[in-house]
Amino acid sequence: MAEQTGKKFNWHIVVFLAPAVLVYTAVMIFPLFNTLRLALYTETENIRQFVGLDNFRTLFGDPRWSESFWNALANNFWFFFIHMLVQNPIGILLAAILSHPRLRFAGFYRTAIFIPTILSFVIVGFAWKLILSPIWGIAPSLLDAVGLKSLFAPWLGREEYALTTLALISVWQFVGIPMMLIYAALLSIPEEMLEAGEIDGITGASAFWKIKLPLILPSIGIISILTFVGNFNAFDLIYAAQGALAGPDFATDILGTYLYRTFFGFQLQLGDPHMGSTIATAMFAIILIGVCIYLFGIQTRLRRYQF
Amino acid sequence: MSTATARSNLGNTIAAHAILITWTVIALFPVFVILINSLKTRKAIFREPLALPNAESFSLVGYQTVAKQGDFFLYFQNSMIVTVVSLTFILLFGAMAAFALSEYRFRGNSLMGLYLALGIMIPIRIGTVAILEMMVATGLVNTLTALILVYTAQGLPLAVFILSEFMRQVSEDLKNAGRIDGLSEYAIFFRLVLPLVRPAMATVAVFNMIPIWNDLWFPLILAPGEETKTLTLGSQVFIGQFVTDWNAVLSALSLAILPALVLYLIFSRQLIRGITSGAVK
Repeated sequence: MAEQTGKKFNWHIVVFLAPAVLVYTAVMIFPLFNTLRLALYTETENIRQFVGLDNFRTLFGDPRWSESFWNALANNFWFFFIHMLVQNPIGILLAAILSHPRLRFAGFYRTAIFIPTILSFVIVGFAWKLILSPIWGIAPSLLDAVGLKSLFAPWLGREEYALTTLALISVWQFVGIPMMLIYAALLSIPEEMLEAGEIDGITGASAFWKIKLPLILPSIGIISILTFVGNFNAFDLIYAAQGALAGPDFATDILGTYLYRTFFGFQLQLGDPHMGSTIATAMFAIILIGVCIYLFGIQTRLRRYQF
Repeated sequence: MSTATARSNLGNTIAAHAILITWTVIALFPVFVILINSLKTRKAIFREPLALPNAESFSLVGYQTVAKQGDFFLYFQNSMIVTVVSLTFILLFGAMAAFALSEYRFRGNSLMGLYLALGIMIPIRIGTVAILEMMVATGLVNTLTALILVYTAQGLPLAVFILSEFMRQVSEDLKNAGRIDGLSEYAIFFRLVLPLVRPAMATVAVFNMIPIWNDLWFPLILAPGEETKTLTLGSQVFIGQFVTDWNAVLSALSLAILPALVLYLIFSRQLIRGITSGAVK
């Protein structure tokens, strides 16, 4: 280590690094790998036994496990799909409007639209549950006011709507994040570039599509991967709104809630740390694949512009 | 020509405001409904959910139930301790590591940077099974220490990443002048560098504050005991128990919303500046 012009060992580097590296290694990296390791074991009569990939065979092959797993995985992809389809376009639209240089009250809109993002899932889940509740009747009476009362259904209670409804609630909560990141990216586009476009007759909406959008593509890439990672370890909203059983009839079960029920146990079901680790490993693999696709497939192809 | 452009500009401005107002209403409506109804009688909540509380419908019965049944002050205190202590560790340890990485050349520097950056993309929740096992083995289950350790580890990767970017910009001359004056490396870090990266520290603090304060997963798994419940978990459990008592549920929700809202309004400028300054690009 002592390389700084052959001086004595630089203890201060160790002192500066040690606390962060120790806490990070002990509480994050070590448990992460330990969880991957635990997925290879099982417990019979209080003795931990190495079983190789048996747990994975059970998870993917045994119908008692695999049905729930594929259900949770499919639901998770749907959850992600809704976010990509609704959250990010709305976020980009709001950011594009907000970044207009002569817009009044931009600060107020920005602050207000970001408020749901700072609330906890518990608040968001319950608040929407109450608002959508047929007992309270806020949603039906609002729909009645615009003549659409017939559209009302107890969305959170119906198998076919519940997951989409929850995904839209999550979109409502998090739209502030893509909005802010895209807003920042749009602000960093130099004025000269837009002026050059103006001289060529590219203004208004076509300036957005032809000049700004290509320049903010890297930010859209980052938002997509953040959304992916966030959605594939989501748990709180579903738990707060629908409980650990992710009802109705597991229609809103995603990997996070499935992991929670499996490893922690719920009601009559006993917790199983080894199957829990197996699910966590599967989640780790999915997130890793997503991150790799982003890093090697998307990010390297997007040209980065340095201003 | 010019009047046509002016007209279309006006049209665009109106459309822009219409879209922004619509979304602002959508964003604030649920919060507004919860807050106003928490101040009404049960009858008024159901009869006119969208009306503001007036002399006749005003009632604090929900808040009274919350005060009697729930230990919200304790929960609030727990959340406060966990958030403040975790943030302190994240900032102190993160800044120290960032300083080591940005200031000194040593073998394994970039490898260490990469190692610490891994945690930006990999969520710490994946390791929950082993974290719980470790906390059980060390007797830290149902202590705030367990939560503080987890949140510190969770916050460090991004903190190191952001802070080292900023520390690279601190003038080399300033540090060398300090060295010539005989300051130790520690004094250079604490007295010269830290004050200069204060804005970046604030950004890191605000970024970490919200997820720590709002987390439900780790309090639920590591510290579900009555003594260690955080505000998020406490309100979740309370609401679950009082599901049919609408006054109590609405009041509990309002009590959970208010601290977050106040904190946000205090720090929103910092947060927005942090995001838009490109700290997370």
